[in-house]
Amino acid sequence: MDSAALDKHAPIYKPLWHTGRRFWVWVGILVLICAAGVGAYVYQLVTGLGVTGLNRPVLWSFYIINCVFFIAISYGGTMTSAILRITGARWRLPITRAAEVVTACALAIGAINIVLDMGRPDRVLNMVLRGRFESPILWDFYAIMLYMVCSLAYLYIPMIPDIANLRDSFSRRKRLYTFLALGWNGSKKQMHRLEKAIDLLAVFIIPIAVLVHSVLAWLFSMTTQPMWHSELMGPYFVMGAIYSGVAALIVGLAVLRKVMHLEDYFQPTQFNNLGKLLFTLTLVWLYFTGAEYLTTWYGQEPAHMAVFYAKTSGEFAPFFWAQVILCFVIPFPILVSRRLRTIWGTVIASTSVVIGMWLERYLIIVPTLTRPRLPYGIGAYTPTWVEWAIMAASAAAVILLYTLFIKFFPIVSVWELEEIEQ
Amino acid sequence: MPRWGMVIDLDKCTACQACTLACQAENNVPFSGPEQAAMGRSIHWHEVIADVKDEHGELHARFIPRPCMHCEDPPCVTVCPVGATYVDDEGLVRMDYDVCIGCRYCTTACPYGIRYFNFYAPEFPEPYDQHLTPGVPVRPVGVVEKCSFCIHRLERAKREAAAKGRELTDSELVLLPACNQACPASARYFGDLDDPESTVSRLARNPRAFKLLEDLGTEPKVIYLGEEKN
Repeated sequence: MDSAALDKHAPIYKPLWHTGRRFWVWVGILVLICAAGVGAYVYQLVTGLGVTGLNRPVLWSFYIINCVFFIAISYGGTMTSAILRITGARWRLPITRAAEVVTACALAIGAINIVLDMGRPDRVLNMVLRGRFESPILWDFYAIMLYMVCSLAYLYIPMIPDIANLRDSFSRRKRLYTFLALGWNGSKKQMHRLEKAIDLLAVFIIPIAVLVHSVLAWLFSMTTQPMWHSELMGPYFVMGAIYSGVAALIVGLAVLRKVMHLEDYFQPTQFNNLGKLLFTLTLVWLYFTGAEYLTTWYGQEPAHMAVFYAKTSGEFAPFFWAQVILCFVIPFPILVSRRLRTIWGTVIASTSVVIGMWLERYLIIVPTLTRPRLPYGIGAYTPTWVEWAIMAASAAAVILLYTLFIKFFPIVSVWELEEIEQ
Repeated sequence: MPRWGMVIDLDKCTACQACTLACQAENNVPFSGPEQAAMGRSIHWHEVIADVKDEHGELHARFIPRPCMHCEDPPCVTVCPVGATYVDDEGLVRMDYDVCIGCRYCTTACPYGIRYFNFYAPEFPEPYDQHLTPGVPVRPVGVVEKCSFCIHRLERAKREAAAKGRELTDSELVLLPACNQACPASARYFGDLDDPESTVSRLARNPRAFKLLEDLGTEPKVIYLGEEKN
């Protein structure tokens, strides 16, 4: 490979050398939102968690919801990429890297949200120094770190040939690319090792990803709280994570396609195929949700029913039914029809799913906490501007990290495309 | 080794809440103010909760004084990631305020909702700041706190008895925690559940004895004596 690749794939490489006004405005907006979030957090740090809407009994909310939400988004990337790689699906080639970057960005922000939730972030090192493995939080802590390392490796290793190409034929940032290329020269031996490493990582990253999200679910289901204490939670979370992850990936790809003019790479085929995957997940979501609510309702245990009614007909009912509409009623008819499974169609369905799945996390966490077993009365929770600001900043930070990645590295795995062409 | 437990006789209890008040003062529980209280943020290591049930059109009210249950198998201790809450040799569920990271997993896991979080740095308006109980640390912002069965009183009593070269007697123990001492109806008892002759052990064998949310298997060491139906 040589500089010809740079010309041939001009739209991919353009952001690497061209920084337009549009870029600065975009980054400026994102940085401003992040700065507002940092400001809000500093305020919380100085004053205490009293500046949030948290109270007794609702002692977990937005930060935990967002932690689960963003880690779930991170799933779409690595899981789809790894599964498609293993099954040898050719159509995945142009989208794998774009997917893997989602994982890296969203996972980092999701993990940070755990620390934002702590009353004493200054003592976060106690998790290492005094960690007790009986606690599901410790499982989370280490599972997320393992997943972070693996998904970064899974993103980075397939990038090496592309970085080496940048080192050889790109005029800027020579030092960075030389360092990251690790002396790659494209020899047969190196290529063989690279492919072996990628295959191995692809196989191992799937169980790790499943583990991470199961452990996140167990954070809740290991307690005896009503509607948390269910063996369904692990699989439900894994499935929900892939669901929202694939949806977020579709939205991201469509935006990249439009902004970077990647029409030749992200074609309607990709959206159609991802749309089919999302359609399957829509049905799986319905099955899991149906199974959860039916078993709870049929059992009629009073503590569980208090939460059940709070969700389906109580103060959380608007959110519950909005979730059903967003996660099923809207995406199902769009995705079931080949005619509607276009780029626009899948993007509308996916946006709906992403919002719906955020609501699902809200509905898993908050209603249970508002219905204590002892007769304390009903709890309530309203988020404050601090929580909203930090949530907006979290989303902005994910997008900012993604934008910066595109600025430094090709968002499509060029060497793999070239290899297929030959 | 003793195994400390408490017995509360609901037939004697008048729900006057002197226990709650005594506990607030004894354990340096900070003031939260009406605004924070309305948000559900005031701290009460001990609380009298009202259980009002509508039974076939007839209202039945029951008042349940609620300290920490000091469970034999406490869910809060299992989930703590840093060991900030733990069971000591004498069966008390303790808090280490210097280690707690404020993740609030324990507050979420406790089915009795007896754990409280410090949303702000504690404040004691004048002259209360001059009346803090010695030996009870004031908790910093961002950590969880809970009923200790007045561990500082227990420790002091043990020290004093040891200085005199004797053991604590059952009659000294019965009224040891501040809530028990303040109870005008003598409805509360404290003592060693491992000693079959102690007042609490004797009362725990009473047919009226029951525990809160017994079916969850947490094995509370606070035992209630139910009202006799008449």
